[in-house]
Amino acid sequence: MRWLDRVNPVSRLGAAIILSVALLLSLDPVSAGVVVIGELLVALVVGVPFVALLRRLLPIFVAAPLAGVSTLLYSDPGGRIHFSWGLVTISDQSIGYAFAIMLRIVALGLAVVVALWRVDPTDMADGLAQVWRLPARFVLGTLAGIRLIGRLRDDWRSLELARRARGLGDQGRFRRWAGLAFALLVSAVRRGSTLATAMEARGFGAGPRTWARPSTTGRADVVCLLVAFLIAAAGLGIAWLTGAFRWIGSV
Amino acid sequence: MTPEALPIRFEDWGWRHAGRSAWAVRHVTLRIDPGERVLLLGASGAGKSTLLSALAGVLGGGDEGEEEGRVLLGWERPTTRRGATALVMQNPSDQIVLSRVGDDVAFGCENLAVPRDEIWPRVRRALDEVGLANYQLRHDTRHLSGGEQQRLVLAGAMAMGAGILLLDEPTANLDPAGVVEVRDAVARLLADRRRSLVVVEHHGNVWAPLVDRVVVVSGEDGVVADGPVDEIVARQGSELADLGVWLPALHGTTVTISRQSCSTHDPAGSMLNPQPLLTATNLSVGHDGVACLSGLDLALPKGRSTVITGPNGAGKTTTALTLAGLLPRLGGSVAMADPWAPPGRPDPTTWKSKELLTRIGTVFQQPEHQFVAASVADEIAVGLRALKRPQAEIDRRVAELLETLHLHPLAQANPFTLSGGEKRRLSVGTVLATDPALIVLDEPTFGQDRRTWRDLVALIASLRDAGTTICSVTHDAAYIEALGDHRIHLGGGQ
Repeated sequence: MRWLDRVNPVSRLGAAIILSVALLLSLDPVSAGVVVIGELLVALVVGVPFVALLRRLLPIFVAAPLAGVSTLLYSDPGGRIHFSWGLVTISDQSIGYAFAIMLRIVALGLAVVVALWRVDPTDMADGLAQVWRLPARFVLGTLAGIRLIGRLRDDWRSLELARRARGLGDQGRFRRWAGLAFALLVSAVRRGSTLATAMEARGFGAGPRTWARPSTTGRADVVCLLVAFLIAAAGLGIAWLTGAFRWIGSV
Repeated sequence: MTPEALPIRFEDWGWRHAGRSAWAVRHVTLRIDPGERVLLLGASGAGKSTLLSALAGVLGGGDEGEEEGRVLLGWERPTTRRGATALVMQNPSDQIVLSRVGDDVAFGCENLAVPRDEIWPRVRRALDEVGLANYQLRHDTRHLSGGEQQRLVLAGAMAMGAGILLLDEPTANLDPAGVVEVRDAVARLLADRRRSLVVVEHHGNVWAPLVDRVVVVSGEDGVVADGPVDEIVARQGSELADLGVWLPALHGTTVTISRQSCSTHDPAGSMLNPQPLLTATNLSVGHDGVACLSGLDLALPKGRSTVITGPNGAGKTTTALTLAGLLPRLGGSVAMADPWAPPGRPDPTTWKSKELLTRIGTVFQQPEHQFVAASVADEIAVGLRALKRPQAEIDRRVAELLETLHLHPLAQANPFTLSGGEKRRLSVGTVLATDPALIVLDEPTFGQDRRTWRDLVALIASLRDAGTTICSVTHDAAYIEALGDHRIHLGGGQ
């Protein structure tokens, strides 16, 4: 973990972006498979705990089969046709695409989760503002907003209990949710405006500002970006050599 | 960083919020010299917070409202003097910007473009000044208590070199220990008389010993009283009390609530040992399956008022909401006595939402959380409609409650637009509509001024005298005095 902490969070974000772009260039199982292997090796080397990693990827393991099944049933047919019923056609080509899509989603999920493993949001904000030079108002506003999410979760719980107390807890789920969502919005606006006032009272947005925490880049960042680039290049290169490469525009 | 307290001047100043016809506050002429300490009083909606916001330079521009006259800090407008004032508002956690203690204090310095090398010494000194030097700079701000969070907000402003402390009900959401912490930290900051203080608080008692001067504002009438605490109390005490202003020395902490004779609702003479309406045995309470309190044995005597006290974080609210049948139990049992419970099902946590209505009503800490209708009258009718009562009965009950709660003129108003006192009365009214046997209230007196406090306590006392069982979570000493027939204290920590 210590090695990863030396890498600026924005370089890690950059690594995730490099891998994502590479994965979007081709729709084939080979490139995605190579990238997944590369990512798992990196996770192993930097010491991301395996069980925690799997838990974090849980939503991906739900999303990937869903995307896979719809690709299997509805994508353009090609090669041998195994099954056909109305709009649904399962062919050699759609089986290949489905497999490629699933691997790709896993590879994208892994890229983001491994690259941003335990990144501190404050450090990320420092990097975005100081290294990437994004506007401070936007970066710090977002950062402060993220902190409010936890408060809103508590509000949601209180609102739910209040609905039960008022005799509305037996309503259908959809109607109850619509009411709750509106009430939560009101509460979010109220909290948000208090926070904005507190930030303004402390001089936020008045003019040029300094940064108490330096956000720097060094050798570790070069290594991080290089590794991401090598994994991406290996994936695309091997796909090209094996003839599996399929330009995304051609699908 | 030596603080610089600038002289404050209001010159026939007024502010009207955009879209309102009445001025929030007007004709304010006031001078506060460097080093002075002022307690700013006024009824709910008298414009106290507006004055503080103006001094902090956060009222906004022309699209937020219309300004009249001038406010000056030294010779400049407050908006051009960022960092000269320290604004501390009511809700601690909504004012903290960053997740680490040190970073949050540094935030203001960064905004003033203080060079990096200078920021960290300032941060350390500010944390020391407010008594938070024992925390690591990396400490998570969420893990601070309410009193510590308020002191952290103060530290942020001190690091900016603020010379004027503007406190807008800084202790209203704190437990008694937190109140003392914040008051003492402020007293230390003011000790050398280099900083000024303007504090707004409904309960003046906390700050009276610290201030030199009381200023009372009243909406469009501007400043209606100004002078030393004792003098103002002696000269204008009763007029101010009628405005809802809670003056320290005059009223002390108690307001007398007449108690009806107990015999009217307790003919059997069981007053000394009333039957419990609700009993909890070996109860564990908590959120999301994580217990914060366990092994609780308690009973709420029928027709009496019980108060639950204890430090912040002791699990008072969680306990009350579990007793009220809203949160699932994590262990043990809760049972309502016969014949109030549905036959054979004494445990409120297993009841349907509609079954709660006539048995247990809950008044939440934030009245807004309870509001679901577009008008005050509809809000009161919600429970009755859920019970499918006849329209004639609903109309009669709503009219009755609007009268009792003095909300008659506001029947068609949107609940969210009411003042703090009105919101609180409405939230109690929504519960009263279905006439539950037990009413659970979570911090019912938060943010109430003297008049709304008195109305509320009188209302609850009359409910109790009519036989309703009351259970309140509170920190309010005067409330405990008036309504603590039976007291339950929950210990601190986990």
